[in-house]
Amino acid sequence: MSAAITAVDLSKKYRLRATDQPYYFTLRDTLSAAGRSAALRLTGRGGPRRSATDEFWSLDGLSFEVQPGEVVGVIGHNGAGKSTLLRILSRITDPTRGWAEIRGRVGSLLEVGTGFHEELTGRENLFLNGAILGMKRADIRRRFDAIVDFAELGAFVDTPVKHYSSGMYMRLAFSVAAHLEPDVLLVDEVLAVGDLAFQRKCLHKMEDIAGEGRTVLFVSHNLAAIKELCQTSLVLNRGTLAYRGPAAHGVAAYLTLTTSDALAQARGTAWRLLAVDGHLAHEAVAVVSGQPFTLSATLQCDTTFRRGRFTCQLANATRDLLIAQGVDSRDVHLPDVDAGSYDLRITFPGLWLTPGIYSAWLRFNGEVGSVSRDFDSPPVLINVTGALEGEGKSVLTAPLEWHVEQGAARAALA
Amino acid sequence: MTAHAAAQAVTEPPVVRLQASGRWVGLGLRHVWEYRELFYFLIWRDIKVRYKQTVLGAAWAIIQPFFTMLIFSAVFGRLARLPSDHVPYPLFCFAALVPWTFFSSGMLQAANSLVSNTNLLKKVFFPRLVLPAAAIVAMIMDFGCALVVLLAMMAYYGVVPSLAVVTMPLFLLLAFATALGAGLWLSALNVKFRDVKYVVPFLLQVWLFATPIAYPSSLLDGPWRTVYALNPMVGVVDGFRWALLGAATAPDRTLVASTAVALLMLVSGAYYFRQTERTFADIA
Repeated sequence: MSAAITAVDLSKKYRLRATDQPYYFTLRDTLSAAGRSAALRLTGRGGPRRSATDEFWSLDGLSFEVQPGEVVGVIGHNGAGKSTLLRILSRITDPTRGWAEIRGRVGSLLEVGTGFHEELTGRENLFLNGAILGMKRADIRRRFDAIVDFAELGAFVDTPVKHYSSGMYMRLAFSVAAHLEPDVLLVDEVLAVGDLAFQRKCLHKMEDIAGEGRTVLFVSHNLAAIKELCQTSLVLNRGTLAYRGPAAHGVAAYLTLTTSDALAQARGTAWRLLAVDGHLAHEAVAVVSGQPFTLSATLQCDTTFRRGRFTCQLANATRDLLIAQGVDSRDVHLPDVDAGSYDLRITFPGLWLTPGIYSAWLRFNGEVGSVSRDFDSPPVLINVTGALEGEGKSVLTAPLEWHVEQGAARAALA
Repeated sequence: MTAHAAAQAVTEPPVVRLQASGRWVGLGLRHVWEYRELFYFLIWRDIKVRYKQTVLGAAWAIIQPFFTMLIFSAVFGRLARLPSDHVPYPLFCFAALVPWTFFSSGMLQAANSLVSNTNLLKKVFFPRLVLPAAAIVAMIMDFGCALVVLLAMMAYYGVVPSLAVVTMPLFLLLAFATALGAGLWLSALNVKFRDVKYVVPFLLQVWLFATPIAYPSSLLDGPWRTVYALNPMVGVVDGFRWALLGAATAPDRTLVASTAVALLMLVSGAYYFRQTERTFADIA
């Protein structure tokens, strides 16, 4: 079977602009710039017309394949090239280099409610938005009731959308797009909007779409959603492919990206062999909530550091720092940290963490001469399991002991 | 989608290849045709939105040319006593203002059509040509309203059109081609140079007086007539007066000049538009 999406050496170059400059040009600027460069050339001082630093590759040589029916989560930091990739695949902009091929009808949802007009009613916007997204009038008419039902518009369908609550507006907009039924669906971070109940509903709808055997490319910062919805992932880092594989591993790879820059600086000195409870951290190691666990690692030093400090940090999936504690090398009987390898073991007491994915990493800060340098380890992923589910988004779920009695104290006071 | 294409979609899904476009791209008119439903919807949206929040609604389509006609009649008809090809001056003037207003508002809307729809340019793929084209076609409603007033004025002055009236749609088409040609150039330039916003009203003002609206084109004679007719709106206005009022200035070789220039503007505008189209999403 041939791939639904094939990309080969896909690259896109953008010109950098100072942030205070508008995206468009004015005739005056163009004329004066043309005049200036002509003058420079006449006087023989014309250098290269544009320095190379003005340009950057938003995507740089990206190659991958997506099979029909595959649901792929696209993960990466801001500026990693996720949106550029979707813009190229949805034909809004051309690649500078390379090519991509898509098999099947493409539906792209880069923004919820594109082309909505405030003055038009829900019904009118539904038809207009459907047409903008590439639906035929007959298709829209056929799915009209389903779209209105999903959006929970009820009697408001003939009210101008400017009178809608923001929730209603979002529901209608997502509903139109969700009923697009293309072979290949490209979705940019659209679930970042709307309330929790709506997000859940959208996720269910996306699951349905995925279940129908459609190919989906789904960009999100919501790692939980990626792991739940997608089988595979595509991790981008600075316009290049950092990882391609199962979604759970992709999420882990994404979390390690934060520190890879620091790692690159480290040259010879680096952290090695990170493990949790003796399991090497190739993927999330399971830990039961409330049970102690031990993090072990090896630090390889290529030079002698005058004193140093080890720090251990723990964060949850939304990157809230939960623990950051360190110890001075002198306190562990190492006045100088000589070249060589050091084994570390950090034991965490039982923490009542809410079940989910957590990451822990180590930092070594050492002084060479008068220069202080940091070395971060890649994070270890810890999959905390447990029977207790918190309500809402709490960090901890402790087994609370409840005592409820009828107002004896109050009666005593009275 | 044709039945054939639909059948093809079931057996063999369409394959789209995305790559850097070459130096030269065609007009992609077949692609525009595939998106004709979006074209209808954009026209419908423009018309609907325009009349929705105005108190006078469609009356604005009449008020503007009608008052211009009153002023021109007072200044050029009464005070300056300009000739009007033996037609009552107000009728002579209004018959020109009806197609002119269609052209000028159409061109203005088209010139702004890309800039005012940047959200669409950045988020959705469709042939960009439909935006300026739809903006002009949406002006047909205004044109229709003004035409009714023109017919009422003709009845008032007792002017009965000859058989030539059937050619009127052709002159409307010429006005459309001119507006689209200019609109394509201006809208594409407008994405890159926001100066266009200030240029257009000025351009329209000059163009208004270079068109025989307040005066008959018979004031010019000999080779100057042909040079003058390089302004396509000369052919449009003369044609309207000839078709509806039976005015003395019948279209002849001047119409050839007007049509040729209109087509040149249209084709060159379409190609310029297509060449710059690929950068719209990046710089809009």
